Amino acid sequence: MTTRTRKRPARVDGGVGQSTLRPDGITKLRGEFEFAQDLGAEGMLWGATTRSPHPHARIVRIDVAPALAIGGVHAVLTADDVPGRATFGLEHPDQPVLASEVVNFWGEPVAIVAAEDDDTARRAAAAVNVEYEVLTPLTDPEEADIRDEVFRRVTIRRGDQSSTGSVVVEGFYEVGTQDQAPLGTEAGIAVPDGTGGVDLYATSQFIHIDQQQVVASLGLRPDQVRSHPAGIGGAFGAREDVNLHIHLCLLALHTGQPVKMVYDRSESFTGHVHRHPARMWYRHEANEQGILVRVEAKVMLDGGAYASTTSAVLGNACSFAAGPYKVDSVWIEGVGVRTNNPPSGAMRGFGSVQVCVGHEAQMDKLAAALDLDPLELRRRNALARGDRFPTNGQLIDTPLPTAEVIESLAAMPLPANSSGLPGGSGLTTEESHVTRGVGYAIGVKNLGFSEGFDDYSEARVRMTPDGAVVETAAVEIGQGLFTVLAQIARSALGVTTATVHQLDTSRIGEAGSTSASRQTMMTGGATLEAASRLREKILDHHEGDDLTDDGVLREGEVVVPMAVLVEEGWEETVTFRHPPTERPDEDGQGRAHPDLAVAGHRAVVDVDVELGLVKVVRVDTAQDVGKALNPDAIRGQIEGGIMQGVGLAVMEELILDGGVIQNPNFTDYLLPTILDAPDVEALLIEEEGPWGPFGAKGVGEPPTISSTAAIVAAIRNATGRDIARVPVRPQDIAL
Amino acid sequence: MIVTFTLNGAPANARTLLPISLLDVLRDELGLPGSKNACEQGECGSCSVVLDGEVVCACLVMAADVEGSTVTTVEGVAGDDDLSPVQQAMHLAGAVQCGFCTPGIVVTAADLFARSPHPTTEEIKEALAGNICRCTGYGAIIRAFEGLAQENA
Repeated sequence: MTTRTRKRPARVDGGVGQSTLRPDGITKLRGEFEFAQDLGAEGMLWGATTRSPHPHARIVRIDVAPALAIGGVHAVLTADDVPGRATFGLEHPDQPVLASEVVNFWGEPVAIVAAEDDDTARRAAAAVNVEYEVLTPLTDPEEADIRDEVFRRVTIRRGDQSSTGSVVVEGFYEVGTQDQAPLGTEAGIAVPDGTGGVDLYATSQFIHIDQQQVVASLGLRPDQVRSHPAGIGGAFGAREDVNLHIHLCLLALHTGQPVKMVYDRSESFTGHVHRHPARMWYRHEANEQGILVRVEAKVMLDGGAYASTTSAVLGNACSFAAGPYKVDSVWIEGVGVRTNNPPSGAMRGFGSVQVCVGHEAQMDKLAAALDLDPLELRRRNALARGDRFPTNGQLIDTPLPTAEVIESLAAMPLPANSSGLPGGSGLTTEESHVTRGVGYAIGVKNLGFSEGFDDYSEARVRMTPDGAVVETAAVEIGQGLFTVLAQIARSALGVTTATVHQLDTSRIGEAGSTSASRQTMMTGGATLEAASRLREKILDHHEGDDLTDDGVLREGEVVVPMAVLVEEGWEETVTFRHPPTERPDEDGQGRAHPDLAVAGHRAVVDVDVELGLVKVVRVDTAQDVGKALNPDAIRGQIEGGIMQGVGLAVMEELILDGGVIQNPNFTDYLLPTILDAPDVEALLIEEEGPWGPFGAKGVGEPPTISSTAAIVAAIRNATGRDIARVPVRPQDIAL
Repeated sequence: MIVTFTLNGAPANARTLLPISLLDVLRDELGLPGSKNACEQGECGSCSVVLDGEVVCACLVMAADVEGSTVTTVEGVAGDDDLSPVQQAMHLAGAVQCGFCTPGIVVTAADLFARSPHPTTEEIKEALAGNICRCTGYGAIIRAFEGLAQENA
């Protein structure tokens, strides 16, 4: 075989770095995209759920007879009908599929029904007669801590614990409960296969983990349960945990008919986990030059009634509690408590959002105490490559452009003064009561799964008559994963045709969860490796020096046309893993994170100090993206993430009273509208990351981490008030 | 009772035995699932349709009340084209992510541009104030329609 100079793939149309359009854009715009809510099947029944009206109660008796007596009802199932594992859970299976002896949160499922239509199913669910002995709910996280009702405690001790600084600031901070509020509620359909198995099509961020939990609770063999992708109307963490998945499969196998279930909005608020509400205490010590000497913090997260991902969220919250700053003496104590509040779990930012509210308020306090510009203080302490991460001590040996983020924010021009008044079309505001404020915040978070978790994704690339195809079980939740996977495949192969096919759990290995800002890096990494290997194999086999849409080329001539390659059935499957991480030791030390990203935000607000109304005028940002694979899609992530930060800063909160959600609907749980949208200038900082495809870093979560903290800082700046709680309510400003 | 109305330019009939919303009739009976049910309280605009020239939330309209009316849903916006100008502008601007709010935004914006071919940014925001999008932060949606307004100007 002669030695040839093999060409690298040419820059192709639709490859990485271009703002390629979404493959599902047209069907979504025409209203033709099939969401889980839109699925149906021949002979389908409807499912509904009987839920606890109490946050804590003993179940004395369940009488299903009144429900079964309703015409058109095919099944009413309780915990006794769960043939396999009675519980489920992402990290610890502690949550009952259906409650049997006790209910631990308001809205906990107790029974499920299947009936001939939705209305009958809901009437039947309401007719199930459950006799409760009401118990006193534990809803105060402090009391839960005292009673040692905890999911996890974390202690981080790093460096000399006796270090002190001459400038000291302290503070208590609190973050309310945020809901992911994806517009598409929980929905799905389970179809029995006639041989004892079942096919599930339901909203999900990780179809394999759903399948595994269904298998366990139904007592089936893994090959008897296939979890399929289904169109999903947003996720933001709310689709990591099982909700209706096991219920649907139980009902389908019990009745022998397909069963569909769609939660209504109110049910959705109890049917998925929420962002952990947090209480934090902080103490920062610095020297006269504004160099951080020591950070101490206590972080308390309310995990609610069941474990979900509280352990991991707490681990993250503690790990990022000091922010992206260099400091060599750190003490963090964290606890995730168990209460009778609704279960908390994953939401975009996963623990780093809450602590960012704390550490950034502290940095502002410290700047004020030192009479320093807030950005100058951050600049002096900015974490960079070569430093040790402040909490777990891991050496940062890859790019972390904290200083560049800060410099970029400082260089962005501030807007002119007039912006329209707070209070919207109500015209309640007088201009003389409006003051402007500017605030900054910087955040940091891990990309990919940390703490020693074996994090991997499988992808297959095939040459087909329709062009190159990427096959994966990864879930596209709207963020643009399939756009970018196709771009990666095109660039790696050197061809312009590539599409993504999502397969069910029986046809390809795990892709892991669409969370932790990881899919572009993980499934993108698998796609890059599979496509690159495929190109090499094809060129080796045919002794070519280039691969294009035309086929294999040798010295510029097509020697094997693409049609022949398709006939030859080339494919390559890769399981991609990021560099291994360590579980932290008893002092919280160890290389826990596979990669990190920083982002910063500058918020400009106009506040009516008399009425307590806030208008978020601008939120500008600089974000560490590694390498921008699709700039427009990144901008979409940034603007959407900032908006969820706006929501948490000034309006979104699930109000709990004695464990009962007071506002489980879109009338009372306020979401930002287009009139609340600030102008956004986004600067992408590209310093290639260590292992993401083409140097890319995940971009989904960083926009949400520090945007809230920046807005609160701006409100403090406008009002002069020491606001320590988010969301900031009118009474926090005006009273 | 049977309700007769004009749906996306063609005659349509629907049975309304129960007190049922226009949204349920469209989705479950007439096979038009494009209108989405996200809140069922008229707060999010995912089920926006044009009813006799006015944008309404189909979840808040009793099906029995559309007798003799004209209704346009997202399925009727593009007509014979792949995408109407409003849809094309959204596609190119990256204004679609999960897509659940998209049909409602398409319907509302198509109505806006039919009435006012070159709206100002404030008019665009005012028109879409009842359509919640949880993914995009609205930036790309605003850019899409600002661009379209300029093209029309």
